Amino acid sequence: MAVTAAAEVAVTDATEPPAPGRRRLRFLRGRKTVVGLGILAFFAVIAVIGPWIAPYDPDAMSDALLQPPSGAHWFGTTHTGQDVLSQILVGTRGVLVVGFVAGILATVLSVLIGVSAGFLGGTADELLSLLSNVFLVIPGLPLIIIIASLVSDAGDLLIAAVIAFTSWAWGARVLRAQTLSLRRRDYVEAARATGESTWRIILFEVLPNLTAVIASGFVGTVVFAILSEITLAFIGVADISDWNWGTVLFWAQSNQALAQGAWWWFVPAGLCIALLGMSLGLINFGIDEFVNPRLRTESGASRKVRMRVGFTPVARTGTSEKETRP
Amino acid sequence: MKYLLQRLAFYLVTAWAAITINFLIPRMMPGDPVQALLARFQGQLDTSAVDSLTALFGLDRNQSLWQQYTDYWSHLLDGDLGLSFTFFPTPVSEVIAQSLPWTLALVGLTTLISFVLGTGIGVFTGWRRGSWLDGLLPVTTFISAIPYFWLGLIAIALFAVKWPLFPESGGYDNSLVPAFDWPFISSALYHGVLPGLTIVLSAVAGWILGMRNMMVTVSSEDYVMVAQAKGLSERRVMFGYAARNAVLPNISGFALSIGFIVGGTLLVEMVFSYPGIGLQLFQAVGAKDYPLMQGVFLIITLSVLAANLLADVIYMALDPRTRREA
Amino acid sequence: MSEPVLTVRGLNVDYGTGDDAVHALRDIDLTLHRGEVLGLAGESGSGKSTLAYAVTRLLSPPGVITGGEVHYHRRDGGALDLLALSAAGLRAFRWQELSIVFQGAMNSLNPVHTVHSQLTDVLRAHRPGMKRSERTARARELLALVGISADRLSAYPHQLSGGMRQRVMIAMALALEPEIVIMDEPTTALDVVMQRQILSQLVRLREELGFSVVFITHDISLLIEFSDRIAIMYGGRIVEEARAAAIYRDPHHPYSDGLLHSFPALHGARRELTGIPGSPPHLSAMPAGCAFHPRCGKALDACAGHVPVLAAPDGDASRTVACWLHRPAPATAAPRP
Repeated sequence: MAVTAAAEVAVTDATEPPAPGRRRLRFLRGRKTVVGLGILAFFAVIAVIGPWIAPYDPDAMSDALLQPPSGAHWFGTTHTGQDVLSQILVGTRGVLVVGFVAGILATVLSVLIGVSAGFLGGTADELLSLLSNVFLVIPGLPLIIIIASLVSDAGDLLIAAVIAFTSWAWGARVLRAQTLSLRRRDYVEAARATGESTWRIILFEVLPNLTAVIASGFVGTVVFAILSEITLAFIGVADISDWNWGTVLFWAQSNQALAQGAWWWFVPAGLCIALLGMSLGLINFGIDEFVNPRLRTESGASRKVRMRVGFTPVARTGTSEKETRP
Repeated sequence: MKYLLQRLAFYLVTAWAAITINFLIPRMMPGDPVQALLARFQGQLDTSAVDSLTALFGLDRNQSLWQQYTDYWSHLLDGDLGLSFTFFPTPVSEVIAQSLPWTLALVGLTTLISFVLGTGIGVFTGWRRGSWLDGLLPVTTFISAIPYFWLGLIAIALFAVKWPLFPESGGYDNSLVPAFDWPFISSALYHGVLPGLTIVLSAVAGWILGMRNMMVTVSSEDYVMVAQAKGLSERRVMFGYAARNAVLPNISGFALSIGFIVGGTLLVEMVFSYPGIGLQLFQAVGAKDYPLMQGVFLIITLSVLAANLLADVIYMALDPRTRREA
Repeated sequence: MSEPVLTVRGLNVDYGTGDDAVHALRDIDLTLHRGEVLGLAGESGSGKSTLAYAVTRLLSPPGVITGGEVHYHRRDGGALDLLALSAAGLRAFRWQELSIVFQGAMNSLNPVHTVHSQLTDVLRAHRPGMKRSERTARARELLALVGISADRLSAYPHQLSGGMRQRVMIAMALALEPEIVIMDEPTTALDVVMQRQILSQLVRLREELGFSVVFITHDISLLIEFSDRIAIMYGGRIVEEARAAAIYRDPHHPYSDGLLHSFPALHGARRELTGIPGSPPHLSAMPAGCAFHPRCGKALDACAGHVPVLAAPDGDASRTVACWLHRPAPATAAPRP
């Protein structure tokens, strides 16, 4: 989460946007972004087709108790002979659904609150900023745990709603700052002067320029939501009859998988979480670099000359010197 | 001073908001989980205990909400958080008082270490851009995406089960009586190594990335160029000019992410059965011990607020622009 | 004319490397003489700041020096090749021999250190033998030089006004009594009254201390008033160089002429303000031949195909100009391959 501190600063010096078409292409050109999107797409496909391609019923017990990975069970089996691979494949959907539903809800909340605060100003801004700062400081995870455990059978969507309720504040804060700086730009001032309605200005002049910030906030919230949801499942607060990666870990932990050396029971789920989290992190990297060009790492061609702040390299090529002296 | 007073006022408002949320949550939930538990413990509770639980959880439907609210506050101000069901009939405040020092020591120390370590590494990676240190970035992105508790599981599997170098659970050797003597303290330190390393390893990645991006951003500021033009030593430019300024947003980021970090570290306590607040929360969730859950949430929130205030004081000491009146 | 203190020969600078590189400076020849004020003029993007930063090797990435020579001449006659210096050598050279007053004093001062700390860290780096009390005394002296009271030593940059900050920067530039001071738009962010105040102060300080100045600004009327010689830049090249009075009375290059008519003169006869049609070219899309020809009212056929060399016009060795109007044009039938 520390990364976001930099993102906040980066966001405030976003410059005049060139033509949107070219911008989008440039965003996709980054290698990190492509890798991130690739991994995300892979998990998205699994989320859709997971239940069909799963070799076994994730709940079905068998005689192969606590078997290490083999040809029949790629990720091994549990103490009751369930297939770990099938549990992970089937569980992918729940992870992504909760992550993205929570992400969308939280983003909508943060846009509503952040943009209104930044655009309306005055007392409304003070109150909305106070609200988001309060939510920012109150630790989210314990609150989520308490709310989720008070509700008797917490389904995926309810959990997503609770996560969204506790995680919108960061996005709202960043969006408010960015809206404030946009509000002072010429074209917004001009639109106000010509008497366009506030909501029209927000929809057509302000929001399009916040796309990158909103996207980055969305991705960050999805990461947080996925981690929270898996945590809830892992400590047994969420409904453990629904498969997701956290439930796999819950059963592994409650059946002493560690003490029995059954590493295959909890390693795959953890790696999946880390991979998915990394892919989202890489996408956010791409967005950050796109918003703040200073962060871009130099392209491969320039590696030959070491760039260093304060010490301009001298690389004599000797070609251009004669060019003008025939 | 005005800055500090403003922050203080903000934290008071936040504390009030957190307490009010805590008051409202059980009252907004469907069903009466506490009522059910109360019925179960009927014979064992004395009247004052029933009274405090009734006030804290709003079981008396005849009272107006406002009356319940004032009752709730008067109990809180007396330090009465109700009775824990798990450790019946120990008061929640006592349970928390026993576990809080463990959490403060573990989480406080490791959070500080990871912040200092990560910021330090971030300074170098951000300053020497394009060097081999950039190769660390994908690794740190991957590590920062791993949930704390899963890393804890791996650490236990490797260093407590496979190679039994460290104990796999607990905060001290159970044969010892907690006291301020060397055998106990050394045992506590020994038990703290593995959970501590887990937290440092997963938290440090985020600080490295955040500080690196801030260094890169600050390196292109005019005053860094001026420092280079002045022919100052590299150390002076790097620390006195670039890092000194880059660390400021990182500290405000630190304040804002304490809530997130604490959420993650609570899980580490659960995995290691470390006798802190996180383990209490975990046990409370398992036993549906609502008074303890709510008490833990309150105490966590207040600790996070205190940590925030501390970060504000440090920020104020480091940034002359916040003490304008001086 | 006195001896040279800084000579630039055939300097070439690119932004980026490989196929993406754009040429920011091409074949710059320039000499700064001891004790003179050399003005560098041109529209934004003409390369005047790039030149100043390239000479000191302070150009930020992706700037790369791709050719040429820059020599600094000591009083004892020894020369220092600035492009061959190591990082340590550059550090020792900087500020000791050449200091810079940067554009936009707003961000040139470190916001978290006091004026005292920023004035004295130069002394600490370059005068290791100096005692703490001596450094503080020197810092007071420097502030007095630019007319700031010594009690501002403990102030932070945000507590100073824009004009004061710029004067602190000037005091800082003089801390080691360098031979050369480069001023990059030192007064652009200030109001006119403050501009004149600071520039007059600089003139006085130069007379007292005897350093040479490279004065960069887009405001040519300021240059004409304050500098001895002026070099005019366009599209990464120097297009004309002459004594300030000569440029004012009789600009040879049509671009110099255009610049002179873009600003009201501070003194002397009124001129008609006409400006220059069009806008300066982008570095990545430089016109062939003379870069100015698309905007030039006097362009010849040769201008589009051949780059004019900077050389003395017929019968006048005191100035140089790069324009086909002042030299026999090449046959247009045989453009360069």
